Amino acid sequence: MEVLVLLIAASLALAGTVLAVFFWATRTGQFDDTTTPAMRILTDDPPAPSTLSPTLPQKTQDP
Amino acid sequence: MLSALQPASLAGIPANPPGIPQGISGQADPAPAPHLPCHHCGEPCSQGQFKLDSHSFCCLGCQTVFSLLRDSGLGNFYSIATRPGTRVDAAARPDRWAFLDDPSVTARLLDFNDERISRVTFHLPAIHCVACVWLLENLYRLHPGVGRTQVNFARREVAITFSPQKAPLSQIASLLARIGYEPSLTLAELDHKTERPRSRLGLQIAVAGFAFGNIMLFSLPLYLGLDSVTGPTFRGLFGWLSLALALPVVAFSAGDYWRSAWASVRQRTLTLDVPIAAGLAALYGQSAWEILSGHGEGYLDSLAGLVFFLLCGRIFQRKTHERLAFDRDYKGFFPLAVVRQTPTGEETVSISRLQVGDRLRVRHGELIPADARLLSDDALIDYSFVTGESEPVTRHSGDHLYAGGRHVGGAVELETLKPVSQSYLTSLWNDEAFRKGRNDSFDTLTNRYSRRFTRLVLAVAVAAILGWALAGNASRGLKAFTSVLIVACPCALALAAPFTLGTAQRLLARRGVCLRNGHVVEAIAKVDAIALDKTGTLTAASTTEIRFHGTDLTPKETAAIAALCGQSTHPYSRRIAQLAPASESLLVSGFSETAGAGLSAQVGGRSILVGSAAWLRRHDVPIPDSHPASASVLIAFDGRFRGAFTLDNTLRPEVDTLLHNLGQRFELALISGDNERERNRFAVLFGDHARLHFNQSPQDKLGFIRRLQSKGHTVMMVGDGLNDAGALRQGDVGVAVVEGVGKFSPASDVILDSQMVPRLGSIVDFSRRATWIVRVGFSISAAYNVVGISIAAAGILSPLICAILMPVSSATVVLFAVGATTLAARRFGLTSAAGPDLESETRNTKR
Repeated sequence: MEVLVLLIAASLALAGTVLAVFFWATRTGQFDDTTTPAMRILTDDPPAPSTLSPTLPQKTQDP
Repeated sequence: MLSALQPASLAGIPANPPGIPQGISGQADPAPAPHLPCHHCGEPCSQGQFKLDSHSFCCLGCQTVFSLLRDSGLGNFYSIATRPGTRVDAAARPDRWAFLDDPSVTARLLDFNDERISRVTFHLPAIHCVACVWLLENLYRLHPGVGRTQVNFARREVAITFSPQKAPLSQIASLLARIGYEPSLTLAELDHKTERPRSRLGLQIAVAGFAFGNIMLFSLPLYLGLDSVTGPTFRGLFGWLSLALALPVVAFSAGDYWRSAWASVRQRTLTLDVPIAAGLAALYGQSAWEILSGHGEGYLDSLAGLVFFLLCGRIFQRKTHERLAFDRDYKGFFPLAVVRQTPTGEETVSISRLQVGDRLRVRHGELIPADARLLSDDALIDYSFVTGESEPVTRHSGDHLYAGGRHVGGAVELETLKPVSQSYLTSLWNDEAFRKGRNDSFDTLTNRYSRRFTRLVLAVAVAAILGWALAGNASRGLKAFTSVLIVACPCALALAAPFTLGTAQRLLARRGVCLRNGHVVEAIAKVDAIALDKTGTLTAASTTEIRFHGTDLTPKETAAIAALCGQSTHPYSRRIAQLAPASESLLVSGFSETAGAGLSAQVGGRSILVGSAAWLRRHDVPIPDSHPASASVLIAFDGRFRGAFTLDNTLRPEVDTLLHNLGQRFELALISGDNERERNRFAVLFGDHARLHFNQSPQDKLGFIRRLQSKGHTVMMVGDGLNDAGALRQGDVGVAVVEGVGKFSPASDVILDSQMVPRLGSIVDFSRRATWIVRVGFSISAAYNVVGISIAAAGILSPLICAILMPVSSATVVLFAVGATTLAARRFGLTSAAGPDLESETRNTKR
């Protein structure tokens, strides 16, 4: 029965990881907007070659 | 044409197309010639004026946007959705957005700023479809200074990262305006943006759920008697693990309950959170003692489940309406900038920098930002949204103009007399009604029940310990005492209200009735008096009913009158001009207009006068006595009186039956800022004992509500304008009527789609039924508690009984609450899916 200790540890670690991921997702705003991404995916197309390509870094800067 | 005067245009939406005329009687033939829809915005085009690539456009603005997008490789915009654009006003002043580069304005608008990169969030009311999202997120292809843009569709917001050296803020705003997404920049925007609180509740639920699941796994072997197989080692291990897992639940997930219970103890009130906190303390204390002393396994699974269900109830009730603001004050109504005259010319300045004595230039359709004196000769001011007066008033040189009015007609000059914040209208916000916060959660149904409940539970618990002590079994008495506290922990009681009110709120929101929060349902249920505003509430502000009195006009005469009126910007003229399609064959010559009096011109060889009675008399036209009273436009052909038009605001459909029904059940009153000319019309509608009050200032309206309340009434105020803001705030329930999404509405408890005004009676009935359902839910949970407490007081409560009783009672109450509320909504006809929907994602907000 001693294997139970191992299994409990494994299951707790697994569930704990899921919880941690959920915390991370909430904190980084993954659930802030649940509408727009669903619309965005319909129109995404490969960016056309353009001379007006952005010169700014493509990252969000959180204030 | 009053629709151009709606507050929408200030929110940045280019002026809407003229509302479809309704209720036209008389001889006019309004059938327009068939027009092609504009390839960009879908509005009808005038015959082939703007054409490009075999597409037709309604105006130069739309055509420009099309060619701009095509040339930048964004032509896809037109294949994602059909005619996805919004009409673009081509004639914008070049320095229109210059004030945004004023460092003090920029600093307050930007979310983030350093030398290289800045980020700004704009509210763009024109966002309405997938193509908008696509176009805005490809904004970088239109301007090299723009980096990443991210649209939040639900909030109609776009966050733009840009390089301030390459693209100052004014250029970003002007680029957005040029492609049809004019940012809404009102005074409210300058108030520091409130950071949305990150969802703590979600995390709390996650922790509680995580602990609940795991503790249950550890408890199950003990409940099922596997103890003998697993041995005492595991019994201890499971106990310790459960105790450790329950700790974050008590400390983090249930944190709000501790705080709120402590607060209510300090204020010497008994809210439901007190017995919850007591129950949680008893549960954890008892369990910890049992586990540490090796006596038993404790109730930790019940504890975690309890917290988990309670938090689920909370999140269910916390329905928010992202696109609606329930606390907007006048700042959302005033624009951010005005045009100031300086010795060197004109400049656009931020309204907060306006000083007394500044000279302003106000154009057609613009707002008067502060109390001011008129410098130009005449001006026509529309105060409908501010005072409720539906007729525009004429002001002469030197007259005092109140802030908030909308100027109609050619540009005029003003001199400001007071700062914006101290103007006549904005001073309403100094009333004490605005100073106290809305007290939301105090005298709720739940709290009233919980007071009785808490006393009862404490009495039973004390009785149990005393009873067992007298019987000589003190240790059993102690167990009974904690057991009572544990089992009485009012989970079901705490869930009845959130699930009922939350369901009611959701169902109502689907029909265009958006409540600030669930407690508003309780407030509506208590209402016994209803005060209604007239203009914009009972009548539709955008449509007018036009009638001709006199011998019928020939189509030719109608066309001539329409052609003449087409030259004027007066709302009445514009409404009359819609009677006949514009025709180029009719030549209008010698046109002259005197503001506040009338028009005259030669049309098709006849001389026509259109205007007030005084205007016709001035031109020596005799007027027969039989012509209808005020609010009419008199017509004379070749010096002879021909007849008169009357223009009335159209009553919303079914308002007559609504007033009839409400009048029998509620104390009903009409409070209008308008003059008395429609008294008779409304006296009939409201019935004999009606209270009709006209010429009410915003302060009068507030006072009227206060008087009703001091007579012991619970008052619902239904209004739409800034002039109702005080009354809406003072009323026990404030209902703001809106014509569509994104329109300005003053602070209120309920935002009601105008189409739902006739259903006001059913909404009150439904709310009453919902509170009744809450009461029944309380009874159900009380029944469970009687069983549970009896067992507990007998001192034979086991963790297994607790673990079964608690979820079963909660589930019953939740199922009953949701089911009964849905049935009730169906009964009152509030579930039809075809209704208006303020929150719908797909609804086209363009018109």
